[in-house]
Amino acid sequence: MEEDKKTNRRDFIFTASYALGAVGVGAAVWPLIDQMNPDASVKALASTEVDVSGVERGQSITVLWRGKPVFIRRRTEEEIAKAKDVKLEDLPHPETDEERAKNPEWLVMLGVCTHLGCVPLGDKGEYGGWFCPCHGSHYDTSGRIRKGPAPTNMEVPKYEFVNSNTIKIG
Amino acid sequence: MKNFFKFIIFFVIFSFFSFNSIAAEQSHKLLEPGWSFKGFFGKFDRAQLQRGYQVYTEVCAACHSMKYLSYRNLSQPGGPEFSEQQAKIIASQFEITDGPNSDGEMFTRPGRLSDKFVGPYTNEQAATAANGGAYPPDMSVLVKARKGGADYIYSVLMGYEDPPSGITLDDGVYYNKYMPGNKIKMSQPLMPGAVEYIDGTETSEEQMAKDVVAFLAWAAEPHLEARHKIGFRAIIYLFIITVLVYFSMKKLWSRIESKV
Amino acid sequence: MSDHEYTPKSKLGKWFNDRLPLLTLSNHLQEYPTPKNLNYWWTFGGILTFCLITQIVTGLILAMHYVASADLAFGSVEHIMRDVNYGWLMRYVHANGASMFFLAVYIHIFRSLYYGSYKSPREVIWIIGMIIYFLMMATAFMGYVLPWGQMSFWGATVITNLFSAIPFVGESVTNWLWGGYAVDNPTLTRFYSLHYLFPFLIFGLVILHIWALHVPGNNNPIGIDIKKPSKDTVPFHPYIVIKDLFALLIFLIVFAFFVFYSPNILGHADNYIEANPLVTPAHIVPEWYLLPFYAILRSIPDKLFGVIAMFAAIFVLVILPWLDTSKVRSAIFRPLYKQFYWFLVADVLILGYVGAMPAEGLYLLVARVATAYYFLHFLVILPVLGAKEKTLDIPLSLTEPILGGSPNEAMVKKNKEI
Repeated sequence: MEEDKKTNRRDFIFTASYALGAVGVGAAVWPLIDQMNPDASVKALASTEVDVSGVERGQSITVLWRGKPVFIRRRTEEEIAKAKDVKLEDLPHPETDEERAKNPEWLVMLGVCTHLGCVPLGDKGEYGGWFCPCHGSHYDTSGRIRKGPAPTNMEVPKYEFVNSNTIKIG
Repeated sequence: MKNFFKFIIFFVIFSFFSFNSIAAEQSHKLLEPGWSFKGFFGKFDRAQLQRGYQVYTEVCAACHSMKYLSYRNLSQPGGPEFSEQQAKIIASQFEITDGPNSDGEMFTRPGRLSDKFVGPYTNEQAATAANGGAYPPDMSVLVKARKGGADYIYSVLMGYEDPPSGITLDDGVYYNKYMPGNKIKMSQPLMPGAVEYIDGTETSEEQMAKDVVAFLAWAAEPHLEARHKIGFRAIIYLFIITVLVYFSMKKLWSRIESKV
Repeated sequence: MSDHEYTPKSKLGKWFNDRLPLLTLSNHLQEYPTPKNLNYWWTFGGILTFCLITQIVTGLILAMHYVASADLAFGSVEHIMRDVNYGWLMRYVHANGASMFFLAVYIHIFRSLYYGSYKSPREVIWIIGMIIYFLMMATAFMGYVLPWGQMSFWGATVITNLFSAIPFVGESVTNWLWGGYAVDNPTLTRFYSLHYLFPFLIFGLVILHIWALHVPGNNNPIGIDIKKPSKDTVPFHPYIVIKDLFALLIFLIVFAFFVFYSPNILGHADNYIEANPLVTPAHIVPEWYLLPFYAILRSIPDKLFGVIAMFAAIFVLVILPWLDTSKVRSAIFRPLYKQFYWFLVADVLILGYVGAMPAEGLYLLVARVATAYYFLHFLVILPVLGAKEKTLDIPLSLTEPILGGSPNEAMVKKNKEI
């Protein structure tokens, strides 16, 4: 009986030490990991405003946002029509053009191939949109994936027109 | 156990020694108005930091930059904690030179939260030239860059006096009791009523000096509150685990015919 | 490592161990017979290992955010302090960690001096230790340059100028160190590179230090040779491990007080002013752990001899095993040495104190006397004591009562081999 009690108490103190030790190590390790997350100055740059007054129809500009290129294309009627004509069942990642470009004249998307992150080339590829030279993904005039290894359409970031000449991304 | 105490005593002596050797040698004893951010649970007084920021922008910022601070810092936790909206408004009152734009030209725009504090001069040389050859130091880490810290800055702000007889001062040089060498090229910056506080706090020289120094202390050490909080927890934790490990050790060593 | 043969129990373990005897090593480390009478001064080896790892880990992290450039270094440190998640914690742990590392290493060294741990057969452990100590000073010095504050810049200027004392080639050597005609961007970037490298050299030397320790085994407070394993020893794991851990936790409490409540107290305010090659601070002081050597340097009125004296102060430590000719290890049995030991401790503390004070008047005089005594201790007192001192009776084993007469035979024999 006496012996039992003794072992119990011993076990308790060892278990408690181990458990509390593990908690402490965990708490000490977290800052070592978290320091690699985006820091306060990076987070503060989350949005950017772009002046698009100089962009003509059929032209596009590329701006840097959060370290990545953003394609802003002012599409021609022809391109818009082409994008709208596609049937959803022909798309590997079905999205309508209306969902992607609220104002059909302006297409704003992250210029990053969803395969492995290369930057696709404009006015290229079999669908008149973009073509990624790294592994041969073809995107249409709405930036949707049509052919090649990329799994999804090019991402549309959160953006809004501050006025008719300025787009705020992020 | 005897050894254990020796061990503790040694640390105490060491800490004492290191604290003392640094606190030594100071000509005039600095004023110590008492700060809310000192001590184990020390925290900043938000209203005081906001007033301090006002004194900084309306008085100090005419000559002193704070280039390591951003407007977003004004709303971050542990600081003056202006609302994000207020901080945005503050930022937008400053003009930022940005660019080059697509034509290759620099342009100005209103400030944003992510911008750094706009300084009064374009470079150090301009600042030096405009202030009679004395560069007004950047205030971002000023409190940490002066021996005596907050007390010292406060003392200098309060230390303007008429020079004792026998000391003649050149033009543009002022007598200050606490400045090393007693000569300072900054004229007395705080006069009663120099600013008008929104919260109605009286704008005596002491009050403004205290407020602005608290603001500078925060600017130099923006994570002080987090540090105190985490530190307190860490030390409590260490005490508990030390006691547990101590008893575990006693238990283990009881098997051996020897004392720990 | 003359352990008994170890065979892993599992088949896979045996297969692996035959090819790479890691399990044998791990078994050796666990079973390693340690004298059971070690006191808390012996826990600093473990504490130092912890310090080294902490410095490497936090240093690695700081290196992810730091920019080694004369224009950007100061700002990048502020970026770490303000913006990086827990950046302030990483930097304060690293900066205060250096001080804690030196605190521990000084205790470790003075423990060795008191108990004669540097004597035969442990001379190689001691010498490796001294190389580690020297590299630590170099690493700490270069690390202090990296924030590119006023003390960084002027400390670097003063210390690198030491080399200009070398006759004939001094100037070429300093220009080579600087990569220019003064401390500047090239100096900063090379210091950064070396500051990154040296800790890993130290790490390698620590492994050798421990290896060299495990050949003869630990010294102990009584200083006699003990049979291993025997009833005078305990296995390293768990007995010594938990004792080291306990001591480490106490050490961590002190460490935490510095990091969280007075993180800048051991630093110098001037280092929060960005480096300015046109303005020298009122007085330049190195970090506290280098002060005794700084005092020795300044106490000699001649530039070249000052530098020589400073390096000699470290070198006498390296040859200490041959300067101390006494056959008895522990100061417990050396009444005279014990007195002189405490004089030396006081002497070093005094040197540290005057090193922080301006080199003039009384301070300079005290520094000179203390410097002279420092060398006197090692070069005259120790050899003379070895010949003249009457030592006390020494026990044969930890458990057996003290036997009358001279130190035990085995020891005398060993010591003759020196």
